[in-house]
Amino acid sequence: MAKDYIVQTTSRPGAATAIGQPVDRIDGALKVTGRARYAYEHRLDRAAAFGYILGASIAKGRILEIDTGDAERAPGVILVMTHRNAPSQAAFGPAVTPTVPEVFTRARPVLASERIRYHDEPVALVVAETFEEARGAARLIRLRYASEPGAFDAAAPNAEIYRPERTNAGFPTDSILGDFDRAFAEAPVKLDAVYATPFESHNPMEPHAAIAEWDGDRLTVHTSAQTLANIQAGLANTLRISPQNVRVISPFIGGGFGSKLIVHPETVCAALAARVLGRPVRVALTRQQMFANAGHRPAMKQRIRLGADRDGRLTAIEHEVTSSTSRFEEFTEQSAVPTRALYAAANRRTMHRLVRLDTNRGEWMRAPGEASGLLALECAMDELAEQLGLDPIELRIRNEPERDPERNVAFSSRNLIACMRDGAERFGWRDRPVKPGSRREGRKLIGYGMAAAIRANYLGPGSARVAIDARGQVTVQADMTDIGTGTYTILAQVAAERLGVPLSAVKVELGDSSLPRTAGSGGSWGASSSSTAVHNACLILREQIASAAASHERSPLRGANISEARFEGGKLHLGSRSESLGSLLERIAPDGLMAEGSAARGETYRTYSQHAFGAHFAEVAVDIDTGEPRLRRMLGVFAAGRILNPKTARSQMIGGMIWGVGAALMEETVLDPRHGHFVNRDLAEYHVPVHADVPGVEAVFLPEEDDKGNPLGAKGIGELGNCGSGAAVANAIYNATGVRVRDFPITLDKIFPELPVG
Amino acid sequence: MKPFTYERAAGLREAAAAVAARPGTKFIAGGTNLIDLMKLEIEQPIHLVDINRLPLRLIEETPEGGLRIGAQVPNSDLAADMRVRRRYPLLSQALLSGASAQLRNKASTAGNLLQRTRCPYFYERGMPCNKRDPGSGCSARGGFNRLHAILGASEACIAVHPSDMAVAMTALDARVETIQSDGRTRAFPLGELHRLPGTTPHIETTLAAGEMITAVILPPPPPGRQLYRKVRDRASYAFALVSVAAIVDVAAGRIRSARIAMGGVAPKPWHSAEGERALAGRAAGDEICAAAADAALSGARAEGHAAFKIELARRTLRRTLAEAAQDV
Repeated sequence: MAKDYIVQTTSRPGAATAIGQPVDRIDGALKVTGRARYAYEHRLDRAAAFGYILGASIAKGRILEIDTGDAERAPGVILVMTHRNAPSQAAFGPAVTPTVPEVFTRARPVLASERIRYHDEPVALVVAETFEEARGAARLIRLRYASEPGAFDAAAPNAEIYRPERTNAGFPTDSILGDFDRAFAEAPVKLDAVYATPFESHNPMEPHAAIAEWDGDRLTVHTSAQTLANIQAGLANTLRISPQNVRVISPFIGGGFGSKLIVHPETVCAALAARVLGRPVRVALTRQQMFANAGHRPAMKQRIRLGADRDGRLTAIEHEVTSSTSRFEEFTEQSAVPTRALYAAANRRTMHRLVRLDTNRGEWMRAPGEASGLLALECAMDELAEQLGLDPIELRIRNEPERDPERNVAFSSRNLIACMRDGAERFGWRDRPVKPGSRREGRKLIGYGMAAAIRANYLGPGSARVAIDARGQVTVQADMTDIGTGTYTILAQVAAERLGVPLSAVKVELGDSSLPRTAGSGGSWGASSSSTAVHNACLILREQIASAAASHERSPLRGANISEARFEGGKLHLGSRSESLGSLLERIAPDGLMAEGSAARGETYRTYSQHAFGAHFAEVAVDIDTGEPRLRRMLGVFAAGRILNPKTARSQMIGGMIWGVGAALMEETVLDPRHGHFVNRDLAEYHVPVHADVPGVEAVFLPEEDDKGNPLGAKGIGELGNCGSGAAVANAIYNATGVRVRDFPITLDKIFPELPVG
Repeated sequence: MKPFTYERAAGLREAAAAVAARPGTKFIAGGTNLIDLMKLEIEQPIHLVDINRLPLRLIEETPEGGLRIGAQVPNSDLAADMRVRRRYPLLSQALLSGASAQLRNKASTAGNLLQRTRCPYFYERGMPCNKRDPGSGCSARGGFNRLHAILGASEACIAVHPSDMAVAMTALDARVETIQSDGRTRAFPLGELHRLPGTTPHIETTLAAGEMITAVILPPPPPGRQLYRKVRDRASYAFALVSVAAIVDVAAGRIRSARIAMGGVAPKPWHSAEGERALAGRAAGDEICAAAADAALSGARAEGHAAFKIELARRTLRRTLAEAAQDV
């Protein structure tokens, strides 16, 4: 099979290539010309049949009868698969996996029993020659259910609240330092507020999709995934086959945002049907099906209590999160975890509690923890600043910790104050209306708000291969994914710089599980982890080239001292001599050379508290008659280590900031507590910001050196943009109107009743 | 999607006859609403009659000084027409506040009038909906009904009509021209096109089987200042929570006449004669606008999440009327 997913720049030779330069995406031309094929579009030698999933119309209960006769007889239908005839799969298992990593790899069977665990859970897969035939036949399946009452309201008086054993990513459920209750009771200035955040849905532009093909016992899946190893392991565990027999291919991904970290029903359905039929089968979730079947952010109530002295020094911080979870599989978004590192206070307590609902499980939606947690904490800080009569920036400066306040280790780097000061200057923060509701332009109330951003910096273990051929052409290979972030481009930049070759000499091949394994794209670690592996591979390769050049009998550089090797301008320089890599390799290694490098989380992750920081500033206008809240402009200033590519990084940041605007103003997946279904499950009714909602969003990076996380000095940025940005918008609305809305999203109906009439 | 057959209509009368001849036949024009509903199998026509090539794409002057808008004029073209922009700015504003540029390029004038509700329960096939499955019940009552009606609803249905264009046309006192399967034509006020749900929310218009809208007639532009104000949850590409079309004619500080219609609040574009009467002949000013808004909403009631819309509509009306009543 010819590979059509090797990506190479089409830009002119001589364009800036170095790490830190705003290089154009090397996959850009493929994408804008439609040559980058996404999962569902992949072409195989054999025609793939089309599968369509039919979802349950109840949220809890069981299937009593399922009549597939009419569907089976419908034109073009090849297979109707239900729990009665689906191949046997591994059992789902307990609600909590024994270890943290297993949540990513556990078996996730579909069509496995007559039990219905959530609304729209797959109950049948119809496979036909065309999509329309499959969808049309699905309508002919007749089902009779025994519906059971379920829990769909986390605020219900009889809600089952419990304490999980750990949060997502393995953080402790609770943290306690000092004596919060006493310090809070004694604090002269107090804040006690509850913030509610709704269910939210990721909805990447490319829905979840897969084409599965079997060759004997070997399964190949073309899908849209962030982390191929998880999909491979998840499929292997579900189908009870060896992971070696599963190949996952995902070269281009139309957005993931955490919704494509694990195997989902469409992929398992495709694999099962392809096995039964002995021919490739493709299945995609419809947009409507995404809402229940592709993860969501859980709904939460977050209580924040802050105690401070009259100078604004915090003495007590408490963050208590009560979140929805699924009865059959636990997910605990770690929303109070960022509070453990953001501000100093001697007495502190954070807690996570869960309420079991009969919905599907929540998943990792962009910045799990920070996105929701900072919406609460950073609004609370704004409220406290007002009580104290302090500028919100000054309050934060007064509570800047010298060391991580709960872990008692140093920060690897922390430039929050610099971000706030720089942002205040650029944004014109001094013009902020001091008194809420005091600035009016025509029928609009104008307000400014700010919030801090913090996002944990991780490194995911993995490796990468870098090869150089006899013409000096470089190929980078890894099972890493580019989910729209720019991974192809930055890996090419790293290899080009480390090997001293132009960008046009570097090809990048990603998204194939047969390539060296990485931790994929997730947790904002993709860039640091994979570029560290590429960097290390390049160092090894350089040594191989230099050694061979110094020792090979046909080498013009024979006998040179390799400690003086420099790779620049497409040449190897050894002392005063140099030779182009092409002509050198041709002589010393006609078959080329190859090296594998790896990245691993080092000791510094234990000995330092590692985070990226930032500050968001927003200006809003609120209509005095209708309460319509609209963003006017927004600025984010970030300190996130070394920025590998300011152009792709900027896109990440403004995308994240806009995500926060959506969370503040409009995003909400409504769960009907009577039926347990998500009501507004399409993009007409699930609102995300459109262009008109996000004028003037800008992001700035401050230079930052941080050598603790990885050799490139980079920190994760994929999620930093939506950490705190929603709170900046919420605080601006308060500043504009004097109306504090703690129930997100802040829609106009929560504002206008408090505004004057006339 | 259920399999269906398709034909391209040869003429106006033939189109109407073809739809009248077989139950389950529908016209298709821009398809921006029908095709979505067919994919979800909420609409399940067995036969489609494509009317896109019928000669209904002209905007013509009428002898009376108004405009005759062909049923197939795309929303984009109508909004951009200089005669519309100069003489009926309200209509242009309303059109441009609806949908997206891509949808407006495809959506036709008559199709816009006949688009169906966005009630999420109408879209949820597994749930009762009297509009989709007559007699099955209304899931929106007692459910998530923030987007629902405060005027003209019934026990059986609280869904709203989603059009902006139709609200502006209602304020402009537009008439609808149709042709029936036997070739007869008729024209009637737009206000008589949509029915209130009563006990039969699945019957949405007064059109006979096969009766096809051929044009919308705008009377000569009424005197006064025209304004369309749409209130929604995001700045673009969202249906109205409340919209107001207002035309107020003021001379020497006195309101000579007013036209008021509202969108997003009722099962049909809502014409408020009460509001108009409250304004006519009165001295212009904020108080009279407030009184007119109160009059327009005197019959409003809401259950559940839509309760806020009554006050929102009142505030939006008051402000829009006050702006329209300003002497220019």
